[in-house]
Formats: sequence, structure tokens, C-alpha cells
Amino acid sequence: MSIRRFALAALASALIAGPLAAAETLLNVSYDPTRELYSEFNAAFNKHWQAQGHDPVTIQQSHGGSGKQARAVIDGLRADVVTLALAGDIDELHRLGKLIPENWQERLPQSSTPYTSTIVFLVRKGNPQGIKDWDDLVKPGVNVITPNPKTSGGARWNFLAAWAYAQQKYGSEAKAQEFVAKLYKNVPVLDTGARGSTITFVNNQIGDVLLAWENEAFLALKEQGGDNFEIVAPSLSILAEPPVAVVDKNVDKKGTRKVAEAYLDYLYSDEGQRLAAKHFYRPRNEAIAGEFAKQFPALKLVTIDRDFDGWKTAQPKFFDDGGVFDQIYQAQ
Amino acid sequence: MSSCTSPVIPGFGLTLGYTLVYLSLLVLIPLGAMFVHAAQLTWADFWAIISAPRVLAALKLSFASAFAAAIINGIIGTLLAWALVRYRFPGRKLIEAMIDLPFALPTAVAGIALTALYAPSGLVGQFATDLGLKIAYTPIGITLALTFVTLPFVVRTIQPVLADIPREVEEAAACLGAKPLQVFRHVLLPSLLPAWLTGFSLAFARGVGEYGSVIFIAGNMPMKTEILPLLIMVKLDQYDYTGATAIGVLMLVVSFILLLLINLLQRQVGKA
Repeated sequence: MSIRRFALAALASALIAGPLAAAETLLNVSYDPTRELYSEFNAAFNKHWQAQGHDPVTIQQSHGGSGKQARAVIDGLRADVVTLALAGDIDELHRLGKLIPENWQERLPQSSTPYTSTIVFLVRKGNPQGIKDWDDLVKPGVNVITPNPKTSGGARWNFLAAWAYAQQKYGSEAKAQEFVAKLYKNVPVLDTGARGSTITFVNNQIGDVLLAWENEAFLALKEQGGDNFEIVAPSLSILAEPPVAVVDKNVDKKGTRKVAEAYLDYLYSDEGQRLAAKHFYRPRNEAIAGEFAKQFPALKLVTIDRDFDGWKTAQPKFFDDGGVFDQIYQAQ
Repeated sequence: MSSCTSPVIPGFGLTLGYTLVYLSLLVLIPLGAMFVHAAQLTWADFWAIISAPRVLAALKLSFASAFAAAIINGIIGTLLAWALVRYRFPGRKLIEAMIDLPFALPTAVAGIALTALYAPSGLVGQFATDLGLKIAYTPIGITLALTFVTLPFVVRTIQPVLADIPREVEEAAACLGAKPLQVFRHVLLPSLLPAWLTGFSLAFARGVGEYGSVIFIAGNMPMKTEILPLLIMVKLDQYDYTGATAIGVLMLVVSFILLLLINLLQRQVGKA
């Protein structure tokens, strides 16, 4: 067989096999700590999807810093669904990319947030510094590890939780700013992402307390066998709401809207909620949250929408250039 | 006439055309796009961004630490090249292969490994702490990471030149009464210097732009240990593309001027 005929034959077989092999693929662009959750959820969804008489679907997942991931999608990464750390990042998909409508967050229940988390303290075994609450973090000599809120979505939740605590306890914004300035004086390292901070605290043994996503803290405990660390729940924290959305422009182009919507809906199903809880996210479904009540301590939680007027207000006020976070460092 | 001047191998048009296309696609167009993007800013805005105290602090830190790392590698790298070229010893091939490892290793891995070693509780860092020296999370740590990442440049540029200088030249100088230091100063240095400067400027340029290895060891404290590439990432995370390109342009212009100066210096040295 000549090379040319061989090439033609190969091309022909590729064309015939093409439609069969190109079973639907779905790309879920997510942030760092959801890796384990979605590898298990994808398999569960596929089973559910096929049980309904559909062809199997290939689900790819991509993880990274939440802001970085949003930028990749804006710049052309063909994500079918995004599952990011904060609504502010998904808002940019509308503002900069025109990929989704402005009211995206109203399309799914609970502000498009199927699971939540919160910010807790991870301390070394025996809690040698006796850290119980936010006030203990501003004591001289206590080293606090948290990532840089300018580059990390998780760190913004940390910052706002501390702010909310101080504002409620000391009664004014000025006092709250003083409090967080004192807190960040105790931060020796500002890593760029949540995983970086976990490495600094767990592996490099720096600091007395790590401000962490609850699910990251549980994961660190699980991987380290619970011998080295303890979780401390502060008296007040923030309800961290990592939302999800179908990327309209991409699914319409690829013809994957139906499966993408089913995928996100399934996050709200009993099985999806149980999987979220298994991976240490707090399920939204009350009944299922009840099953895991022992795992998640009851906390007083503020929310971004009620207490901070949403990310559209909080982001420029606290974290953009010249915002509160910059001010506390310029003042030093 | 033409037979004298035209080269033995033809193809000037082809090679030049290829060079231009290649450079355009890989270098000129991306960098040009950056300038175009930054051109959306007025001069006043551009100036406000690049003269912010945080940007200036980062600028100083980035260029100073890259310069320090290039100098360190200029000295140690020359020694390494010397040992590898002039002496035969067991394990030489192994060391030879190890020199290039910093290029092969993902920079993030290098950063994490160096941080683990040099952090206050690390294997090396604990001794440094006893001496009252802090390495990780200080400019020293940043310089250390850059020194690691740019190690191969000077060694690899000096090595072939050194190998080409016959030992006899040194011996002849010695026979004529030159002391070892004089041999080095008057015989070796003039031939090594152009290659050394090339290695130095490569290491310097690479160090200025390095991100992956530095962010882990830097600590990233505003005004203290923030490098310029990190500020670019910070701007991008605020979806401030123009601000990010403004800092990119600043880095590019400063680097270009410095590299141009080094090039001029190299010419002077070559003439002398």
C-alpha cells in the first residue's frame, strides 16, 4: 500500500470512527481544593447519566487558583461548567467575557451554591499557644499563616471572616481595620494560594495557626493522620460560598448544554450532597447536612451578601489596588 | 568579485526570512501586543502605576537580587567551569551532568525544595537561625533561588572557551616569569571575559523574570519581599490587564537598557 493510500485509508477510518469516539466531553474548570471531590463526583454522575439512557460522557477537570481559572475561561478555555471559589470570579465571566448572563447566580437554587464551607483554624497538636478565637491571633508572638488575599480566593474569605468578627465585637469599621492590621502583622509569609499556605504550615512547620477552608483543614488532618494538628472553630466565621455555573456561550457552541445542566443539577441531588459532605464540604440539603452534623461544628456565620453587600462591593473596597488590604501594609 | 565575498553555503534570503518570521511570531508579536495593550493608558496613568511605592520596592528587589545572583554565579560558575575543564577526577562526568539539572527541574519544585531546606525549621535553615541569619522569606532567600535557577548559564558559556585555551599558553606565560595571578589576569581573563559577560547577562535576564521558584521562598510580604512578576500576577488576579502590562513594559524596558549596556561593554572588552 502506498503512503498516500494508507493516509487516505487512515483518514477515512478516522472520519467514520470520529462521531463514535467523540462521545460528549465535558470540561469542569474548578479551583484547587475540589480535586478529590470532583474525581469522585464525575464517576457518580456518569453512572447516573447512563442509567437515564444516555451515552457515557467524558468529564475532564481542571484545577488551579480560582482567579487564574476564571481568566483562562475568559481568554478562551472551552469550559462547559465552572465551579469556582467565589462568585466574584464568575461575575467576571459576564463582565469581561460576555460568556454568561448577568443573572447567572439566580439560575440554580441557593445562589448557585450547592455546597458551602467556612474558615476554621488549624493549630498544632495540643494547641500550645492556646488559640481559641480571633482575638488570640493578634497576640504578640503568635504566627498566623494565610495566603495573600490579592492572589487567593480562599484568603479573601479569611480576611473577611476576621473583619466581620472585629466589626461585631468592637463595633466600628475603623476598629476592624486596626484589628486586621494587627492580625496581618503576625503573618510572616503570604503564599499565593491556599495549597501553598498549607505546605508552609504543615510541611515547613512555619507558624502557630493556619487559617484554612474547613475542607482543606479536614483534608490536612486526614492526610497527616490527626497526630500533628487540631481544628479549632472560632466563635464567628464566614459562610464561604463557592458557586457553580454553566458557561452558556461554550455549551451552545459545543452542543453540551443538556449534559452540562444535568451535571450541575446532580450536585444538588442526595448523592451529590452526600459526596460533598464526604469531601468535607457542608451540604445545602438540610436533611443530608443532618446526617453529617457530627462532622461539622455549629458556627455563627456571616455571609458575603448580607454582611458585605456581595462581592461587587467587597472586592473593590477590600482587595483592589488602594483598598483596605493595601492600606494596612502601606501604613506599616 | 562576487565569488570572493559570497559565502560557501548559499541561502542568505532563506535564512534571513526564516529568522524574521520566527522572531516575529515568537518574540516581536507577543511583546508588541503588550506594548499596544499598555498604550491604552495615558502617560499619567502609566506613570502612576509604575511609580507606586510597592512597584518601586519590587523593582529594586527584583533587579538587585537578579544582579546579586548573576554575580555569585559569575564567580562560582567560573570556578566550576575551571575545575571541570582543567582537572580529571572521578565523578567528573556526574558533576558535569548535574550542572544542567536546574534547567530540567520544574522551578516550582526547586522553590519548594529550597524553602523546605532553608526555612527556620529546615535542615540547613535551623543552623542559620542559630547564627541569627534568616534565609527563607528574606531577599537572601530570593537570591538563593535565583542563584540555583541560573547556575548553568555562566558554567556553560565559559566552559567551551576555557577548553579552547591550550594549557601551553599558561605554561608559556609561567616560563616567561608570570606569577599565577598574573597569568590569570593577563592571559586567561581577556579571552574569558566576553563569554563571561554573555553568561552573566543571560543569568541576570533569566533571574529578573523568574517567578515559579521565587514565590515559595520569598514570603511575598508587600514592600519587603515582593518581586515584580508577583505584582503582575496580583494585577491579573484583579482582572487589571492594563496595569499588569504596564509593569510588564516597565520590566522589559529596564531589562533592555541593562542588556544593551552589557552588550556595549562586551564590545569594548572584545576590542581591547
